[in-house]
Amino acid sequence: MNMMLRTKLDPNKRTFLNRIHCDGPLLVGLLVLMAVGLITIYSAGGQDWQLIDRQLVRLGLALGVMLVVAQIPPLAYQKLSIYFYLLGIAMLIAVIIFGHVGKGAQRWLDLGVVRFQPSEIMKLAVPMMVAWYISQFNLPPKLRHILFGFILVGVPTLLIAQQPDLGTSLLIASSGVFALFLAGMSWRFIGGIALAVSVFSPIMWNFLMKEYQKQRVLTFLNPESDPLGSGYHIIQSQIAIGSGGAEGKGWLQGTQSQLEFLPERHTDFIFAVFSEEFGFWGVVGLLAIYTFIVIRGMIIANRAQDAFSKLLAGSITLTFFVYVFVNMGMVSGILPVVGVPLPLVSYGGTSMVTLLAGFGILMAIATQKRLLSR
Amino acid sequence: MARNRVTIKDHTAEANLFARRTVIAMLVIFTMIAMVLSNLYYLQVTRFEDYQTRSNGNRIKVLPVAPNRGLIYDRNGTLLAENRPVFNLEVIPEKVDNLEKTLGLLSVLLDIEEDEVTDFYREIKRNRRFKPVSLRKRLTPEEVALFSANQHKFPGVSVEARLTRHYPYGKTLTHVLGYVSKINKKDLQKLSEAGLEANYAATHDIGKLGVEKYHEDILHGQVGYQEVEVNNQGRIIRTLNFSPPVPGQDIVLNIDLKLQQEAERILDGDKGTIVMMDTNDGGVLAMFSSPSYDPNLFVHGISSKNYSGLLKSNGRPLINRATQGQYPPASTIKPHLALVGLEEKTVTPETRIFDNGKYRLKNVEHVWRDWKRWGHGWVDLTSAIEQSCDIYFYDLAYRLGIDKISDNMFEFGFGDYTGIDLHEESDANMPSRGWKRARFNQPWYIGDTIPVGIGQSYWTVTPIQLTQSITTLVNHGQRYIPQILRGKYIDKELVFEGSKERRPMDIQNVKNWDTVLDAMYGVVNRKIGTARRAFVDTPYVSAGKTGTAQLVAIAQDAKYDADSLAENLRDNAMYVGFAPYEKPEIAVTVVLENAGGGSSQAAPLARTMMDKYFEQREFSPKPDVIEREISQDVARHSASHNH
Repeated sequence: MNMMLRTKLDPNKRTFLNRIHCDGPLLVGLLVLMAVGLITIYSAGGQDWQLIDRQLVRLGLALGVMLVVAQIPPLAYQKLSIYFYLLGIAMLIAVIIFGHVGKGAQRWLDLGVVRFQPSEIMKLAVPMMVAWYISQFNLPPKLRHILFGFILVGVPTLLIAQQPDLGTSLLIASSGVFALFLAGMSWRFIGGIALAVSVFSPIMWNFLMKEYQKQRVLTFLNPESDPLGSGYHIIQSQIAIGSGGAEGKGWLQGTQSQLEFLPERHTDFIFAVFSEEFGFWGVVGLLAIYTFIVIRGMIIANRAQDAFSKLLAGSITLTFFVYVFVNMGMVSGILPVVGVPLPLVSYGGTSMVTLLAGFGILMAIATQKRLLSR
Repeated sequence: MARNRVTIKDHTAEANLFARRTVIAMLVIFTMIAMVLSNLYYLQVTRFEDYQTRSNGNRIKVLPVAPNRGLIYDRNGTLLAENRPVFNLEVIPEKVDNLEKTLGLLSVLLDIEEDEVTDFYREIKRNRRFKPVSLRKRLTPEEVALFSANQHKFPGVSVEARLTRHYPYGKTLTHVLGYVSKINKKDLQKLSEAGLEANYAATHDIGKLGVEKYHEDILHGQVGYQEVEVNNQGRIIRTLNFSPPVPGQDIVLNIDLKLQQEAERILDGDKGTIVMMDTNDGGVLAMFSSPSYDPNLFVHGISSKNYSGLLKSNGRPLINRATQGQYPPASTIKPHLALVGLEEKTVTPETRIFDNGKYRLKNVEHVWRDWKRWGHGWVDLTSAIEQSCDIYFYDLAYRLGIDKISDNMFEFGFGDYTGIDLHEESDANMPSRGWKRARFNQPWYIGDTIPVGIGQSYWTVTPIQLTQSITTLVNHGQRYIPQILRGKYIDKELVFEGSKERRPMDIQNVKNWDTVLDAMYGVVNRKIGTARRAFVDTPYVSAGKTGTAQLVAIAQDAKYDADSLAENLRDNAMYVGFAPYEKPEIAVTVVLENAGGGSSQAAPLARTMMDKYFEQREFSPKPDVIEREISQDVARHSASHNH
């Protein structure tokens, strides 16, 4: 692992991976995760090969997108950021006007050929926009730049939160805030934000959150109060995790998942299946892979040549970790249930493509050195 | 703005700033990872056992499995109560493609009514889709055959069998066997009070009456358990463990089906009862209460129309007359009273009185009359029994007094439960001073004592008490408890219950008992005996006593006229007897309600029963009649009259 982390990105040493603009260690980490995902989906989905086939197609597609994205020079992203961001905002507004309603939320935009969620674009557009905006100034940025940065983050966040899609808006907000943080946002300001959030929370609770979102939070605070209703997911999930013990029940042997006591087994709650079947040590291993990817991402960010690339790479990496943390936290009961999948392990489409597109950008930053001198 | 940026940017400072922020971010990340891991450690290691238990609780369900109920045989091994498969047509909604179409086709095939379809849909809504729901219950064999031939057309529809009780001899044994029926709320409450709820977890029916109820504990057996793994819908995935139920024990009754059938045949639906008991162990050989009803009606839940029909029927078929019927014993207890008189030394066998048809007490207006208007003339104890002289027993009762009578009759078991293995039993009433005080808050008058001498007044008995008392008489005070249960099969081997006894009666002089038994011999075999005609030419020797119970007090000067009385007020005909006289084996009691005289109506039925009994066994040829020496003159008086 150490060797992988320290691999020199020598532009003169043109390996195959270099030629296709792939970062080896990162790619290995992602592939291992995907493999873990496939193994767990096979078990969680009742050994349904159809699920595996579809997931493989999706993974292939997402890896393809990653490779394509990796070929584009970071400078291009820098230049495109603002248009990308504005397009995203426009589409979010379009969703409000023309969007499709699915599962009680208006998230989808039908373009005739494909239906997709504009919020997915924003997952990349927001960190790009913030990185581009803030990297124009000397770092650390001035207060008014930070404040404008927050406006850039806040607008799409609110648009998405009202769909309502609390999970995604949370991820998008954090991606923007991470860019600002890495840019050197002052500690005094961070303290101010913390204060503002504590004031804003009750307002959000009373005016912005939908009933089902409130219910989720309430259930999270005391799942046993409604064991057959909304607390059921969390209780069953904790039973699955807890009964896995240190060593786990073994692959395909998880009774909570195999006997369908666990809801959303192969999607949002796949971590419970993994924990039940592979136990505490399995979880430690899984977290090690995620940590490896995060560290690798932060190394790439630090090695990047310009502020935009550093901020973007850092933001994408940290947001990736937020995915992991929020999902594991909600499945194990320390965070409320928000619909966030376990990245690259959960069965599912759209978010996977976005995630790997993000890693494509990381790879582009890692492998494409500017030939121009500064 | 852009110009500004390019000139002043300090890349090294920015890179350092970024690196510092990276380190802080990584520290935060590691803290968060530590949080996640410590929480998982808490769930998976610290509280592992707790969650493992809950996980097993989720997936493992323990299903009770009902034991098969023990079978019931008569003493000759004839099956009296069996477990028969009942066929239900069941549908698993999940497995049927087009429910409406399937039901339509089935309705045509099996003539299924609209009501059944409505009930079926209601039931479907209450159940999970993989749970079978019965569309028609109790298919006939023809319907089973018809469906089986077409089963391939109906995936998801099947014929399922469940064992239910069946009584092949129907109403012949209802009051003995009783029946089982669906466990109701009251039963459940009793079971839970007795701590037996778990044992009945899977059981459908419970004994409600008769032997089925009394011997429920033997017949039921032990519940078994099936440990199964279920999914979140409760669907059984696989069986993890199976501990089979222990079936109930098969039992054998003292009842002889042929005798029972004979009793049913000769009672012929009339109100009455016949009890036959083994005098050597108290075993009940036959016990039929007429009219009877089909117990199978109750097994599958009787319709309210049928039930109210039984409830309101004049014949009162729901009552077991043999154990619950309370009848004035009338003259049938004259032998007992005579014995008490002898044992208490109130009379001797030689004590004679003159009977002119009337009995008076000094200073009392009331006249007690003999059933024979002109009286029997001179009678002694034996002839008084033989011809059922009332005056003799008025006088005996008067001389004994109520205290001696009731004390001794309690010893015979009157006024008390016999302890027969049936819950449906009455203790009837043996009157006493204390009883009258408690019951009416009145003193006992001398006038009350007189009719006690002929088994009237407040005295009532059940036929089973009467039979038991005859058994006690022939056994010289040895008292057997009547028993229906003969034995049970333990590991395929019949283990007999053995006889059960009460403390025997005190005996002053064995000769007194023989005197009384001889008088009962005379009732059947001597010329003046009231049952002589009924027992003419029997190939065995029996003894007995007739009785005719008045149900209404006849006015002082009036004559009893059966035709002018409402049927339900007419006399009950009674007979008690035993045979063979020399070495008794059986005691028989016959009660016929509102039938008239005991000698003409009840005695012939007792004879038929005895005939039937001896038909089935060998016995020594009948000896000549043993005539008495002293009472020949007395005998001449009433030789012509039977009573």
